Amino acid sequence: MYFQPTTLDQAVQDAQAEGLRILAGGTDFYPTNGDRLPEGPILDVTRIDGMSGVTQTPDGWRIGGATSWSDVLRADLPAAFDGLKAAGREVGSIQIQNAGTIAGNLCNASPAADSVPPLLTLGAMVELYSASGKRLLPLEEFILGVRKTALRSGEILTAVHIPETAGGWGAFTKLGSRKYLVISIAMVAVLIDVHDGVISKARVAVGACSPVAQRLPELEAALTGRGDVAGLVTPAHLAALSPIDDVRGSAQYRLEVVAPMIEEAVERCLERA
Amino acid sequence: MKDAAPEGIAFTLNNKPVQASPTAGERLSATLRESLGARDVKIGCNAGDCGACTVLVDGAPVCACLMSTAQAEGRHVETLSGLVQTDKNTQALAEAFQNHGAAQCGICTPGMMVSATAYLRDKNSSMEDALGGVLCRCTGYRKILDAVAEAAAGGAEPLAKFGGMGQSIRRLDGVPKVEGREAFGDDVAPPDTPVVHVIRAPFPRASFEFGDLEGFRTHTNGVLAVLSAADIKGRNCFGVIPPFADQPVFAVAETRFRGEAVAAVVGTPEFMARFDPAEFPVIWQELPSVMDCDTAMEPDAPQLHSGRSGNVMTGGFVQCGDADRALDAAAHRVTGSFSTGFVEHAYIEPEAGFATVTDGRVEIHGCTQAPVMDLDSMEEILGMDRSRIRIVPTAVGGGFGSKLDISMQPYLALAALKVNGPVRMAYSRAESMQSTTKRHPAEIRLTIGADPSGRLQGFRFDGLFNTGAYASWGPTVANRVPVHASGPYQIPDYRAEAKGIHTHCPPAGAFRGFGVPQAAIAQEVLFDELAAKLDLDPLEFREINALENGVPTVCGQVFEQGVGIKACFKALRGPWADALAEVATFNAKGGHMRRGVGIAAGWYGCGNTSLPNPSTIKSGVREDGTIMLHQGAMDIGQGANTVISQIFAQALGCDVKYLRLIGADTDVTPDAGKTSASRQTFVSGNAARLSGLALRAEILRRCNVDSAAAVIEPMGGALIVRDGAARHEVSLEGLPADKDGYVLRAEESYDPPTRPLDKDGQGVPYAQFGYAAHLAVVDVDTRYGTVHPVRFVAAHDVGHAVNPMLVEGQVHGGIAQGLGMALMEEFIPGRTENLHDYLIPTIGDIPPIETLIIEEPDAHGPYGAKGLGEHVLIPTAPALINAINRAVGVQLRQVPVTPSRLKAAMKEARHD
Repeated sequence: MYFQPTTLDQAVQDAQAEGLRILAGGTDFYPTNGDRLPEGPILDVTRIDGMSGVTQTPDGWRIGGATSWSDVLRADLPAAFDGLKAAGREVGSIQIQNAGTIAGNLCNASPAADSVPPLLTLGAMVELYSASGKRLLPLEEFILGVRKTALRSGEILTAVHIPETAGGWGAFTKLGSRKYLVISIAMVAVLIDVHDGVISKARVAVGACSPVAQRLPELEAALTGRGDVAGLVTPAHLAALSPIDDVRGSAQYRLEVVAPMIEEAVERCLERA
Repeated sequence: MKDAAPEGIAFTLNNKPVQASPTAGERLSATLRESLGARDVKIGCNAGDCGACTVLVDGAPVCACLMSTAQAEGRHVETLSGLVQTDKNTQALAEAFQNHGAAQCGICTPGMMVSATAYLRDKNSSMEDALGGVLCRCTGYRKILDAVAEAAAGGAEPLAKFGGMGQSIRRLDGVPKVEGREAFGDDVAPPDTPVVHVIRAPFPRASFEFGDLEGFRTHTNGVLAVLSAADIKGRNCFGVIPPFADQPVFAVAETRFRGEAVAAVVGTPEFMARFDPAEFPVIWQELPSVMDCDTAMEPDAPQLHSGRSGNVMTGGFVQCGDADRALDAAAHRVTGSFSTGFVEHAYIEPEAGFATVTDGRVEIHGCTQAPVMDLDSMEEILGMDRSRIRIVPTAVGGGFGSKLDISMQPYLALAALKVNGPVRMAYSRAESMQSTTKRHPAEIRLTIGADPSGRLQGFRFDGLFNTGAYASWGPTVANRVPVHASGPYQIPDYRAEAKGIHTHCPPAGAFRGFGVPQAAIAQEVLFDELAAKLDLDPLEFREINALENGVPTVCGQVFEQGVGIKACFKALRGPWADALAEVATFNAKGGHMRRGVGIAAGWYGCGNTSLPNPSTIKSGVREDGTIMLHQGAMDIGQGANTVISQIFAQALGCDVKYLRLIGADTDVTPDAGKTSASRQTFVSGNAARLSGLALRAEILRRCNVDSAAAVIEPMGGALIVRDGAARHEVSLEGLPADKDGYVLRAEESYDPPTRPLDKDGQGVPYAQFGYAAHLAVVDVDTRYGTVHPVRFVAAHDVGHAVNPMLVEGQVHGGIAQGLGMALMEEFIPGRTENLHDYLIPTIGDIPPIETLIIEEPDAHGPYGAKGLGEHVLIPTAPALINAINRAVGVQLRQVPVTPSRLKAAMKEARHD
């Protein structure tokens, strides 16, 4: 069974099928399937009205769940989204950016999902639809663990809302062992606002260093009021991280590189501020 | 129901409306290839990791393997074969790719050219960003960037299509590669052909029992046959070196590595597209395993093969003088223990093929580096006379050593015979990575001494090579390493021993260099440390000790000519001085980036080690004057089709444009040996030279011409011989034709003159060596431990460059693989069985490469030519490590130098 609804109303009906899997850009859907044909009913969400595209709303910005990374890159967005765009440019390759979607990246819930740190700094909320209605969740409450989300059976992640966009500059740094098509060893997103040469607002999120990417509130507090960042990041600021040893790098390494990655990202913002 | 599985999907394919009826969720790549005939869309990974299947959907490049066909409804899909017909950008790329040799094996070319077409249409990204999603394992990407830049600039004068020895001409087989018409292993079977799938062991070591195989076959709709060891009429054992043959086609009772075959299922394509191997009736019991040499050599370790006590497969040994005594007396000594990991060949074409049975004969079409060795193996396994077996090689989408061994061939043949009809199979990327051979991990301990003047004094090398579960080419590695571990240097007191150790890892076999790249890392890195102790410049230290004509090698072999390493070093003097100055200036600026330069050298003996390895090349002239060349030297992308033809044409005295090539089909073309050991240009090149000379002699005899200057060209039913102003005509009309239809013919063989090695490894292992020295400049980001190669200068003594463009292609591709081995590649069984956990370099990882071609002619080489393919990879990794060591003051002992490992080494160096 292959559902390809064009309306959300129809989609939430289709989504109730037993054993349903949701397909958008396919960039995670197919690899997890091995070489075999997918089994069970498939709900293709790419043709649902309103599921794609970036729009300004009275409350901020809305990114449709089936919006591809390339669509995000093409969208005219404020500088606060520069981190999200920078993350988009580092996703896989142009082929992957043209297909992979924001909702797919979130629902796949990889610890190394590129969208999560910048969306955390942007205070993103996810919009979830099912036959019983709509709910909004902060992104922090949506991704629960490695490959684990709060998405309920029958529910579709229809959009990401960025509620507040008042000023600021975003940046993103990603560390990998090669230039393209690389899964992060570690990644950092920051969102910085500056007034009179000092940081007035700081948000820092780190990915691939814990089961779910997370913000570092103590570091954010320490950054606020500063004019520069060199040497500011201490081990205590990173205490919430719990990186693992894997083929991409050691836990120790990840902890060591995060501090300079944060500094680099903040400096990039300060240069533009 | 409106939203149900779409019955018909309509879209535009290459400007033509098409209809397809895909299964729910079917990948666009599958629909394009199997339902719509677009076999120019290549499948390398089915996971978006390689980009070979890139197509344009409404102008945007996407991986067809990640797209549901239903999503193409109403859209315009473009593939290479269509674009090259209509799109001016693609047509410009087709020319430029041929001008630069940007397509070697050609398997990535469709994805690369489609991506490049999208780039040329709007140029709204960098060229590297546009191409970064397509992996190439052959070219090192630089020629691809050159070609795309040329197309972007509106094209250039075309490179000559034809020409003689020493001339850069386009590949003779290049057009189908750039037009999407090249047929690789998975491109030859008709779409409805039954599919073979191998059932493989899930554990490093396991015992197993089958359930009801017959019941599975009869009760599973779509299953046509089940194969296991019971179906093998011949010998359930194969191996590339007959005395070491030890690998079962299907394991019996116990498996020795994860991915080992125990059975195979043949089914309809519809069934096999959904087949889950977990449904196959087999029960596994995991058994204790050994995964590294040290554990495997422990007294109580499980023994993999009887007769190989202590899991030692075999060893190799070379000694001259007295290494230990010389080391004791040496003024300076350095010692190091080095380790390297498994390296995966990662050709973009997984093993694939097609087999048929006709009149009781089985034909196997597939990718291979060694068709006649395949035939030898199949004769034994099938228990059939070889006259009833035919190997028809398809185009090969990369080999690098692993496609020397059989892989899918026996499963295809057994299945075709069992169902008495055509069958096909293509390994998945995971299967390919699990089950085919790898580069041996090495544990090397090396001590080198020098006298106060910097002359080498004593060299002792002990290496353990993890050869995995089966021998494959392990014995060759064990033999080659001690012969080569000295590098191209004069070392009077030398002792080198290498052992192949069995473990429950995938079989380690041949990979570009047969163990020599691993040994060279230890030797060349310690050379820099020794030079530092002596306070000698690393290049000067190497020049002092370089091998020369008339000086014995560590095997006691004395070359009176042809030793080209000093010329390579001399060529690097200028670049070395420039790089040292550049590095000093760069580092004086301070900051977190540190630059370093390193050099390293290598040598490599061409052909088999002290063993016969003849090549035969047949040629003939038809009555209509067509000159036929039976080119049996498998072209796996390196360019043998072109190089062998250029050599043959030179000997015959005609332009290469008059040749018509016949490939390595075992029914019609004599054995030109395997594409291995950097032997084709040298060995098959000589056979081609002899065949050309013999044919020429026959032609000239018929017109009474005896002139080295005479040139031959066909004209209608005659051959015209021009000797200065004189014109002779050799009429072919009415001459008796042989069974091949040839009125004139020549078939000549060449086998390099070698002599056996004695118990101390003294003898004549190779008739020729090729030589190389690389210079690498790198930047290290000290914050992250990341290495950013800046440029390479590669000096290669190739004797005589038959086609300099192809020489550069080999140099670039070898450097890319050496860089991968040095910085990122490490296969971990069970963990990195895909191309996103196992990383090979992308287009953004290979810096500019300057190739310096050195031509120190070799008396045995055809027109002085030497082999090249494997030589390139040998100096690259140690040159990079030496550059990193100099940049940040570390002492690296393990590859790959991942950011994590380099950062740890930097920390350790600071604490010391």
